Amino acid sequence: MDRRVWPAGRTASAFALVVLALAACSRNAPPPGPAKPPAATPTGAVAPAAASPDDDGQWTMPAKDYANTRYSGLDQINTGNVKGLQVAFTVSTETLKGQESAVLAVGDTLYFVTPYPNNLYAIDLEKPGGAVKWKYQPKPDAAAQGEACCQPINRGPVYSNGVIYYNTIDAWTHAVDAKTGQLKWKVKVGDFHKGETTNMAPIVVKDHVIVGNSGAEFGVRGWIAALNAGDGSLAWRAYSTGPDKDVLIDPAVFKPFYPQYKGTDLGVSHWRGEQWKIGGGTVWGWISYDPELDLIFHGTSNPAPWNHEARPGDNNWTEGIFARDPETGKAHWFYQYSPHGLWDHSSVNENIILDLPWQGRTRHVVVHPERNGYIYVIDRTSGELLAADPFMKVTASLGVDMKTGKLIDNPEKRPTEGKVVREVCPNSPGAKDWNPSAFSKQTGLLYVPHNNLCMDWETKPVSYLAGTPYIGVNPRFYPADPGKGGEFMAWDPVARKKVWTIDEKWPVWSGAVATAGGLVFYGNLEGWFKAVDARTGQVLWQFKTASGIVGQPTTWRGPDGRQYVSVLSGIGGWAGAMVSSQLDPRDATAAKGFGNMSADLKKESAIGGMLYVFALPKA
Amino acid sequence: MSSPCRRLERLAAAALAAALLAGCQRETRDFHGPPPPSGPQASGVSPSDLAAGGGPIGPPHDPRAAIYEDNAFHIGEGKRYYDWYNCYGCHAAGGGDIGPPLMDDQWIYGGSIEQIHASIVEGRPNGMPSFRNKIPDDQVWEIAAYIRSMGGNVAKDAAPSRGDELQSSLAKTQVKPTPAKPAAPTDQPR
Repeated sequence: MDRRVWPAGRTASAFALVVLALAACSRNAPPPGPAKPPAATPTGAVAPAAASPDDDGQWTMPAKDYANTRYSGLDQINTGNVKGLQVAFTVSTETLKGQESAVLAVGDTLYFVTPYPNNLYAIDLEKPGGAVKWKYQPKPDAAAQGEACCQPINRGPVYSNGVIYYNTIDAWTHAVDAKTGQLKWKVKVGDFHKGETTNMAPIVVKDHVIVGNSGAEFGVRGWIAALNAGDGSLAWRAYSTGPDKDVLIDPAVFKPFYPQYKGTDLGVSHWRGEQWKIGGGTVWGWISYDPELDLIFHGTSNPAPWNHEARPGDNNWTEGIFARDPETGKAHWFYQYSPHGLWDHSSVNENIILDLPWQGRTRHVVVHPERNGYIYVIDRTSGELLAADPFMKVTASLGVDMKTGKLIDNPEKRPTEGKVVREVCPNSPGAKDWNPSAFSKQTGLLYVPHNNLCMDWETKPVSYLAGTPYIGVNPRFYPADPGKGGEFMAWDPVARKKVWTIDEKWPVWSGAVATAGGLVFYGNLEGWFKAVDARTGQVLWQFKTASGIVGQPTTWRGPDGRQYVSVLSGIGGWAGAMVSSQLDPRDATAAKGFGNMSADLKKESAIGGMLYVFALPKA
Repeated sequence: MSSPCRRLERLAAAALAAALLAGCQRETRDFHGPPPPSGPQASGVSPSDLAAGGGPIGPPHDPRAAIYEDNAFHIGEGKRYYDWYNCYGCHAAGGGDIGPPLMDDQWIYGGSIEQIHASIVEGRPNGMPSFRNKIPDDQVWEIAAYIRSMGGNVAKDAAPSRGDELQSSLAKTQVKPTPAKPAAPTDQPR
């Protein structure tokens, strides 16, 4: 282990206060909160209290808090006793595709969403054995399953003010009474007949339920929208392509850091013809929120189609990050990770809100492990790039120009139609896909579950036929190192380097959770659920679930006062489709390239769908 | 070795070559004639082989099928259209993706060329879109014939050999036949 201790930890937090006070004078004028500064960490990185309040033992949104830390302050289960962890109860999800939902814990009830048919379960924690309190069945249109690129999965519900909000695969948002399971309202947010689906977990900011669409692989036009929590009516919708009025870019408010984002209607002019109308940039990932700046942060997906020759230009505003006002949706700044994205490096991964000691002062940042292989540190007040460091072997690009903020593409790998480009690293699911990292307020480290994959890529002609895939590429994937398709690593966001790593045979497609017990939890595609020492990376406990894990672990305090850890087991999603969609690995391009490497996975994992809840034996 | 012996060998080789050539029957294909009959797109084929009351219902034999199945030209055309109409996007090169694999022996809605044709035209309830009036009928038959080749279910001399695209699976001439079974029971939609 190589843990760097930041000597100026305490000074840094004092400095943070000063900067916070200064920030209060900025254009957003956040209300001066009484929030006490967060405890110092060994690295100096802290999650600001306003976005990451102290733990109450519940887990009400998939990312735990607005900062997206996925950190629990509970420490009953800790490095000393975790070896005694055992199954408390299990619940069948009654579905057999990828189980990507987080398990929420609100009061005496657990909530999770299944893949299609997207049933919402409420589990009664007052009764033994994981009794189902109610099951809400939205009955989405079965045909929508054919419009989901990577299985009709769901990334979870969100709880706010007595209501559970979540999306179904046929592009509806549902509001369900958390107590009774009765529908309060549902609204159609998109048209799945065009390939528009919804599987992301919404967040609730003040009175707005914020949702976004999926379907860049079908040539949909990406958007993020705010629905009024009371009745689901549309408050605002911001597209990721097209004229400024559609993107909610108002020159009076929009102040990007870099000059290349300034101008009029770049979402039209940086495309050929009307390609922007089917240009992707969907918003299917994680949204974080800084209550002090009163800004939300969200990524935009890959441009459509994957065949980049069909869409000359920078393809604004795809493969980037927006800071927006949650009230109006208006954009405050934008940064583009991959202008004219070449490799389906959808930029929707989590943007973790942290304050970091940086060259003698505190910077208010988002930290973003990006699919293109770099961990980005971006000033969340301005959109200025502070760092972009590779966390796996990268051949697709040569680095990031810190002056202009632009990614430097590798000319040797530039794809052209009819040619096979080889050894492109990372591959299209990227160095890390959607499955979220955790930040420990104890160690100050980031825990990143990720991939270690490269690919061969053949660009081919593509035609747009609404409701069918719009891709134009034959890819085949393989591990970047023999026998190592994934990693679970601890990353120091201040020293900007790996602290420890655990090699995995398969890409790691599960989320992570960090706890005050000095532990980190994650699962792998074979189905092992692991507890790891957050400081050393030593696996202290593991349990083999029946199927592969692609879900988001959570931990919470039950009504009996004990700490529990929960996770859904059930292989699927893009990386697991070979298994649970029963695909044929004799075709290397099956599952958009996973066919090439997944013959063994079909033997080492099995189809299933089960909630596992773990606890220490009763004292 | 005597020279008459060598002459005999040569003679035998020539005879063998002649016999082989004679065995090659040129595939019938009318370049300049009218296009193959299109006819109505709805075929009335059942995806099931189970009939209430017993007895076979079997998919009705469609006379158009014979024109396309085991015909190298039509299978080759089907391969192009398979990509053009984005079949590839959901079924990859037969290994499957959003949709089920087409190179294995599991057929949810039937694996005869008539049943595959019907699935393309009509769509299927768990996400297979209907291509009715989107693809000319003769091209649908060609795609169906190509799909039959993915599992090695067409005559070897008609199957497309290795293409010049990224090698993703065996050339169709190399695939061992996996005879189409009737609808396979699955407990989940694929």
